[in-house]
Amino acid sequence: MYEFNYQRPGDVASAVAARQGNADALFLAGGMTLLPTLKLRLAQPAELIDLAAIPDLVGAHQEGDVIKVGAMTCHDEVARSATVREAIPALSTLAGSIGDPQVRNRGTLGGSIANNDPAADYPAALVGLGATVETNQRQIAADDFFTGMFETALETGELITGVTFPIPARAGYAKFANPASRYAIVGVMVAETGGTVRVAVTGAGPVVFRQAEMEQALAADFSPEAVAGISVPADDLNEDLHASAEYRAHLITVMARRAVAAARG
Amino acid sequence: MSEQGIGASVRRTEDQRFLTGRATYTDDINRPGQKYAYILRSPLPHARIKSLDVSAAQAAPGVVAVFTGADMVADGVGGLPCGWLVHSEDGSPMVEPPHMPLVTDRVRHVGDQVAVVIADSYFAARDAAELIEPDYEELDSVASLGAALADGAPLVWDEAPGNRSFHWGLGDKAATEAAFSSAHHVARLELVNQRLVANAMEPRCYLAEYEPASQQYTLYTTSQNPHVIRLLMGAYVLAIPEHKLRVVAPDVGGGFGSKIYHYAEEAIVTWASRKLSLPVKWTAERTESFVSDAQGRDHVSHAELALDKDGQFLGLRVSTQANLGAYLSTFGSCVPTYLYGTLMAGVYRTPAIYVDVQGVFSNTVPVDAYRGAGRPEASYLLERLVDHAARDLGMDPVELRQRNLIPADAFPYQTPVALEYDNGNYQATLAAALEQADYAGFEARREAAKARGMLRGIGVSCYIEGCGIAPSQVAGALGARAGLFEVGTVRVNPTGSVTVLTGSHSHGQGHETTLAQLVVEALGVPLESVEVVHGDTAQIPFGMGTYGSRSLAVGGVALQHALNKVVDKSRKIAAHLLEAAADDVEFKDGNFVVAGTDRSLGFGDVALAAYVPHNYPHEELEPGLEETAFYDPKNFTFPAGCHICEVEIDPETGVTQVVDYTVVDDFGRVINPMIVEGQVHGGLAQGIGQALLERCVYDEEGQLITGSYVDYCMPRADDLPSFNVSTEKTLCTHNILGVKGCGEAGTIGSPPTVINAVINALSPLGVTDMAMPATPERVWQAIRAATRH
Amino acid sequence: MSVEINLKVNGEAVSATVEPRTLLVDFLRRHLQLTGTHVGCDTSQCGACVIHFNGASAKSCTLLAAQADGAEITTVEGLAADGNLHPMQEAFREHHGLQCGFCTPGMLMSALDLVQRDADPDEATVRHWLEGNICRCTGYQNIVTSIQAGARAMAKEGS
Repeated sequence: MYEFNYQRPGDVASAVAARQGNADALFLAGGMTLLPTLKLRLAQPAELIDLAAIPDLVGAHQEGDVIKVGAMTCHDEVARSATVREAIPALSTLAGSIGDPQVRNRGTLGGSIANNDPAADYPAALVGLGATVETNQRQIAADDFFTGMFETALETGELITGVTFPIPARAGYAKFANPASRYAIVGVMVAETGGTVRVAVTGAGPVVFRQAEMEQALAADFSPEAVAGISVPADDLNEDLHASAEYRAHLITVMARRAVAAARG
Repeated sequence: MSEQGIGASVRRTEDQRFLTGRATYTDDINRPGQKYAYILRSPLPHARIKSLDVSAAQAAPGVVAVFTGADMVADGVGGLPCGWLVHSEDGSPMVEPPHMPLVTDRVRHVGDQVAVVIADSYFAARDAAELIEPDYEELDSVASLGAALADGAPLVWDEAPGNRSFHWGLGDKAATEAAFSSAHHVARLELVNQRLVANAMEPRCYLAEYEPASQQYTLYTTSQNPHVIRLLMGAYVLAIPEHKLRVVAPDVGGGFGSKIYHYAEEAIVTWASRKLSLPVKWTAERTESFVSDAQGRDHVSHAELALDKDGQFLGLRVSTQANLGAYLSTFGSCVPTYLYGTLMAGVYRTPAIYVDVQGVFSNTVPVDAYRGAGRPEASYLLERLVDHAARDLGMDPVELRQRNLIPADAFPYQTPVALEYDNGNYQATLAAALEQADYAGFEARREAAKARGMLRGIGVSCYIEGCGIAPSQVAGALGARAGLFEVGTVRVNPTGSVTVLTGSHSHGQGHETTLAQLVVEALGVPLESVEVVHGDTAQIPFGMGTYGSRSLAVGGVALQHALNKVVDKSRKIAAHLLEAAADDVEFKDGNFVVAGTDRSLGFGDVALAAYVPHNYPHEELEPGLEETAFYDPKNFTFPAGCHICEVEIDPETGVTQVVDYTVVDDFGRVINPMIVEGQVHGGLAQGIGQALLERCVYDEEGQLITGSYVDYCMPRADDLPSFNVSTEKTLCTHNILGVKGCGEAGTIGSPPTVINAVINALSPLGVTDMAMPATPERVWQAIRAATRH
Repeated sequence: MSVEINLKVNGEAVSATVEPRTLLVDFLRRHLQLTGTHVGCDTSQCGACVIHFNGASAKSCTLLAAQADGAEITTVEGLAADGNLHPMQEAFREHHGLQCGFCTPGMLMSALDLVQRDADPDEATVRHWLEGNICRCTGYQNIVTSIQAGARAMAKEGS
């Protein structure tokens, strides 16, 4: 790691203020991606602003027909929250499948989506469930939030405070994990919310995306068979040692089908 | 059998310190005034260093010194030696290029050592290293066997035309050709044995301390064989005589071969500690381990098996290209030759065999022994080929094996590839495995899986390995530059406790318990009275170390010889004290008894008499009770056995899960069954890892793609099943314990077994081949290709 | 460029001044000489460095010492009381759940977090839980057996 300064403000306003005018500062959430990045000297921030001491940012609770999860809520808490499990079991499942137990104990929702790793699980949850990202400045629809590989709609210095998930009628998540890293090679979140079906795919492309053909098919017939015959073009999909684009395309269909089956219970 | 002696599953005495966090690994040791070394490594696979300016780094805060290859050369430092001289078929010696600890003019693989920065802290060294900007002139590189052997390929070494170090052969070529010309059928297979990374969980670490007043060096090292390091580094690299160089390998966190070799960083920190008269420590980061620990396997082979109409093997012809990497590592030349070609008979009576191996340089990390070392490559080739032949002939692969096994009454059995197997019963291990795995009932399980939408397959293989390479005289004639004996000392202390000094190093194998059990058995003392010391050249007379499953078969037998000497001498002392003839004194359960009388003396009393020799046979015996034995085996030992694996494949995703795994091994006499089972489990995990998960991949330019655990897939708990492990027994005929060795067997037998099972699962679709690792995508692609037809 | 930290390690209060870039694992190993916690990788996969951070298992190679200011840390050295092995440690000894011992502290700390959640985990649960702990020696079978036995022993002792 290169040298940096460290501070741990106690509220959102102080954190945002610390970041303002300090172009080389970074927020530190769970650090599950940031710290390995720093250890490999792939980033050189002048300052880390640790968000761990801001109590407002932690917790999951229901407000009417939505679930609100604080940005600093760790994956394990989301996975084990009775509120979340009751309202959106697919979100519990997804959070419980991230990384490994120690990553889930430290890694956070806000950190994950701000990083927007193309193979992360949470982007599929946000887009699939039609969630809204809350920041210190505004609300951003998930569809508009994930703009590219490791890129989001966040402005410099803008801080995610939480995510609002509408409670779906039914939802399911299926993931084909990279056997080495346990990130998603393909992860598909399928959800039916207020009569609308969303199918969000992570891991397969440079950024999470919705699969329109599957959404239409499921809107007409919410069954595994409805998506089984849909083949996804491999163009523009990721390709690496672990999976070619055509294999990923194939896995999208398989995982979508399994996600629908999971959603139907 | 005593509760703590031979055959007892004694709980390990070493565990207490490991379980409580009180073990001492090399990186846990710190010396006053210690400095930290950071090695600047090449980011390029092949380049000429036009200039190397280290002045900015030298001036950086906290930096003590920066050294380059030029500094070491100027100081007379030599190259890292290769321990085995291989000759080509035409009689010429292998091309053996120099291997300097820090490069002098060219870098030859990503990770090659360019310079060392030594500073007050790790951070200071690392920060300063970024100030060194070598001026590289990039050269064309070769990262694979195919690229290295292509016409006009860029040369890794100018002195190695065609990038060949050697083209070695073994066997009777003419007899093999004749066998093929008379064959009813020839089965042919192209096989890749992919490159692997050993990945002991403890990264390499070295701490060297030089004391100017005494001119004494101490090197703490993550080594499997500290005496070998002392010999190689002292004699070849740094010109330090043994009596001035102490090498300590304390607790070592796994080796699997990768900690056998003398590495550049050992020499660098030892040399630097003298230059600076300061202790210097270097600890690898895992990403460094991936580009600097010797790697394993990496063969491409063409194999052919000639059979008659009844399925009898007539001849075997194997042609292998073995990637050596950029340099010859310590045993890099011997692994793909003498540890590979000699095992080509397997457990079969194939009358004629010829194997030729080209050792090939490439711009990759050097390749050396990794658990099994040559023998897994041989086993994979042979056992895949036998299955392939069975498929060609429409025979059950088990039946084809049974027809060709060396009969149990044929021992000693001389193979056509130099080895003489002393003993074994391959029918027995195969039969026991078939029974335990319910081979006969497999089809019902396949059908049940099919009903669940899964493809189930079964795979069988029979393996043999040669352990404890020996004897030294023969190995020497074949090019070994070291002896292959082992040393054991039994120091009986005056009050009857026992200190064992062994040249075998324990880094997970449990020697402190197993070797103590030999003492318990021989001397009748309780386990608690025995201390096993290993890993310190200042305490132990000598040792060749731990590798090739040799610790018990060579080290344990050396210890047994020393124990026998102790018993002999003790008997004479006891006879004197009991006023009887030595021949009349029996030693039983820790007591010397005059036969036919009630006169007896405890072992402790005899020990005390040896050190307080008031009443003592001084004319016949020296005082004291300490014996050392150097044991040079007459032959290899030959553990063998049978593996049976069942897999289930999800045809939608191609994911393969090992659902059942049975092994029956013949390790000869077993000292501690619990430890032996643990060794087999670990070996299986590594072999299954090779079959399904692991691969070390370079891109065409020579950049390592799998440079961390994010991409190099290590087996985890949920990738593996529980194993069904048991033993059958034939005793080794040429050592006094009848032991054979167990450390590598699991790794040797499992890769072909798993792949045979995968192919078996897919065979109803028409699939006949599968490469390792059988990743989900490969399996899915194979299913897709087969079902398209 | 240093920060002062105050934390509890194995029940004892610790104060120190560290560079912000100091990892918690290096703080434990170098500053406190608690060398039972190991470093086996630099990408947060291997789990040799697992400790408990405020009661939950965490990888101390992926935490700054500064983040531990105010925290309670337990390392493997904090398990055995009065020289007696913790039931989980005893189970690893009894069932040969370790070979080279390097991954063992992390395995123990991870296992104890599992038992907090599931007092009697089945084999599949244990195997899945160990996703973040790599062992190269044992093939995991005896580790899994040890953890199940350790959990049962803990339930019996009511610990």
